[in-house]
Amino acid sequence: MSPSESPSESPSQPARRAEIVPTGLDYVASMESTDVVSIDPSYDLWIEGQPAEPTTNRYFPTINPATEETLSRVAEGGSKDIERAFRAARKAYEGPWGKMPGAERAKYLYRIARMLQERSREFAVLETLDGGKPIRESRDIDLPLAAAHFFYHAGWADKLEYAFPGLDTAPVGVVGQVIPWNFPMLMIAWKVAPALATGNTVVLKPAETTPLSALAFARLTAEAGLPPGVLNIVTGDGATGAGVVGHPDVDKVAFTGSTGVGKQIQRRLAGTGKRLTLELGGKAPHIIFDDAPLDQAIEGIINGIFFNQGHVCCAGSRLLVQESIFGDLMDKLRLRLTHLRVGDPLDKNTDVGAINSRAQLERITDLVDIGVAEGAEMYQPPCVLPDRGFWFAPTLFTGVSQSHRIAQEEIFGPVLSIMTFRTPAEAVEKANNTPYGLSAGVWTTKGARILWMADRLAAGVIWANTYNKFDPASPFGGYQESGFGREGGRHGLLAYLRGGS
Amino acid sequence: MTMSSPATTAPASPILGPSVTPRTIDAFLRAVPSVDEVGVAERAGALSTRSVKRESKRAALDLAIRMCDLTTLEGRDTPGKVIQLASKAIRPDPIDPDIPPVAALCVYPNMVPHAVEALAGSGSGVAVASVATYFPSGQAPLDIKAGEVAWAVAAGADEIDMVINRGAFLSGDYLRVHDEIVAVKEACDQAHLKVILETGELSTYDNVRRASMLAMAAGADFIKTSTGKVSPAATLPVTLVMLEAIRDFHAATGTAVGMKPAGGISTAKVAIRYLVLLAETLGSHWLTPDRFRFGASSLLNDLLMQIRWLRDGHYQSPDYFTKD
Repeated sequence: MSPSESPSESPSQPARRAEIVPTGLDYVASMESTDVVSIDPSYDLWIEGQPAEPTTNRYFPTINPATEETLSRVAEGGSKDIERAFRAARKAYEGPWGKMPGAERAKYLYRIARMLQERSREFAVLETLDGGKPIRESRDIDLPLAAAHFFYHAGWADKLEYAFPGLDTAPVGVVGQVIPWNFPMLMIAWKVAPALATGNTVVLKPAETTPLSALAFARLTAEAGLPPGVLNIVTGDGATGAGVVGHPDVDKVAFTGSTGVGKQIQRRLAGTGKRLTLELGGKAPHIIFDDAPLDQAIEGIINGIFFNQGHVCCAGSRLLVQESIFGDLMDKLRLRLTHLRVGDPLDKNTDVGAINSRAQLERITDLVDIGVAEGAEMYQPPCVLPDRGFWFAPTLFTGVSQSHRIAQEEIFGPVLSIMTFRTPAEAVEKANNTPYGLSAGVWTTKGARILWMADRLAAGVIWANTYNKFDPASPFGGYQESGFGREGGRHGLLAYLRGGS
Repeated sequence: MTMSSPATTAPASPILGPSVTPRTIDAFLRAVPSVDEVGVAERAGALSTRSVKRESKRAALDLAIRMCDLTTLEGRDTPGKVIQLASKAIRPDPIDPDIPPVAALCVYPNMVPHAVEALAGSGSGVAVASVATYFPSGQAPLDIKAGEVAWAVAAGADEIDMVINRGAFLSGDYLRVHDEIVAVKEACDQAHLKVILETGELSTYDNVRRASMLAMAAGADFIKTSTGKVSPAATLPVTLVMLEAIRDFHAATGTAVGMKPAGGISTAKVAIRYLVLLAETLGSHWLTPDRFRFGASSLLNDLLMQIRWLRDGHYQSPDYFTKD
């Protein structure tokens, strides 16, 4: 029973690339129960604290991307509905909410935070059903963080004048917010918590493919006793979103989404004096030096690009590896990929879930085809994808050049483009050679090098020896075409204060 | 001592070559990648959320029983105690014949003859493992430690659990640590060598990873976390670090080394987390008692209790499970 006498042993010539069979402990499906969620056959808009039928009389389906089954039908908000929502928000702003002392506002935020914690399983299942993300992530990351954002901002509500001495800490007014489909509930928290903490009222447009958690959240705020009109939800597509950000009575616009749409919004608001913050795309460099803690760096790389199927604006989608460790790193990375469990998002053991929509799947597929056509070498681990629903296997590209489109464009999917560098200066040069500037990751055990890199990387968020870490106390936002303005932390409050920017 | 003659001894360290100097050892250890503590804890924590249910759980529980080194290491151990434990090792649950025997019975050298006698003729395949090398401290001259090993092997031990010289390791005398393992390996003759790093005393993951590589290079068949006499003993993160070292060593040399976490693993739930860590780090080739063991005493009864629960749908009182 000597383990060293294994068949894989080759004493004459050491097998440098020794094969290790990936799986072995077969987990039977362990499904999160959906009993905790009740989804109505259809949803109206949410205006002035109650459901409101859309004047368009139109409803669009929202589907489960893992099964393509329709979950519900959701109201399509038209211009009259947007008008109603803004009137309600203005009324609430000039009425109870705008006049309320910060300490009182905080109570609502605390209550919302606690209720989100109490009902986190329900919201997590809803997020997974509507968006396709693994329940492990919605349960362990999205919902705890969403609650944390409300707790964090509740604490600021009565301390604004201490946070910003000498600044006018009055609210801006009525805020129009448009959020994306990749973290529906978390983006609600990022947007709504600071807006309400600072005394503003909100008209929010959730993403077309993931409206359900916003509508459930609206009902939660009613249960929390939030005064009617403080939070209004207008569901719909891009046209509805354009109506929200272009409404004449909007005082401030906050948008998270694609760079293309962000540019349209900025053009539209130019010269109006309305405030704007944009959190847009990214093509983050993830830089691995030869002295990095390799096995943890592998986990960081995996987390950086496969977290939420790569539907993450700050995803570490450009891997820059020091050439001297490229071979070892690729061996480890390919092996690690074979351990990723792709499949039913409701299975508690799933690591990578469904692609959010058919449109996004097509975009990913197109860009991957382009990558192959450009001559990059593709690797996908053996994995069986379900027949129905939208799926894409975890994908690595090596032999990628800076000039390739897969190195330049945001894919927003589980696709990693891998390049090499030789010196720290070259790493910085390659990292910054992008129109984006949202985030970056650096792996090295050398503290001085971390600081040297952080000084030079043009990115709003830089992670050292970790990746995709979020905390409400830490400001998040980008440079260049990744947008401007910060969310979270003390900085994030400024956008919602009259004296801020 | 039964030692083979030095001239015919194969190089004990497959990657260090025949003549090992402080310089080659230093170069070898410097090439070992560093370990990020936060990242290790995070990965171990994430794998702890794996949900292992129904048939998978039953298979894992069965496997865990077959991987147990049922252990008693006390000053008050007697032949009587060892004989009783041997019968538990052979048939862990007397009323359920489907329950497999454990991997080994782990005792002090003095108890080896009694363990051998108690297991003889059982046909169970339960091995006798003996701690040696002045377990748990290892603070004795090398020839005395090697002599103890040889004595235990002569008495019938199939496996030897040695401790490394932590004092030498922490003082930077890696060559001495290496050479002691090589000497003990020789003293083991055909017996199977598990090398205890005593990770609780090595203190940092960087040390654990280097000590793992050093032990494997010196010829360890298994590397093992702890004696169970020092706290902290086995933890998931430290086990992950050692499994990653085993993976690197296998990739570099083709030699598959086994892993034994020991100390503090007392519930089936935690044992299954170790198996998940193993499966997702080293893969299915390691999911065998030949390459993974649990050093435990109270774990076995919890595994039995969980199997009974899966079978009958309700928990039995601990009174229904024999202590030894």
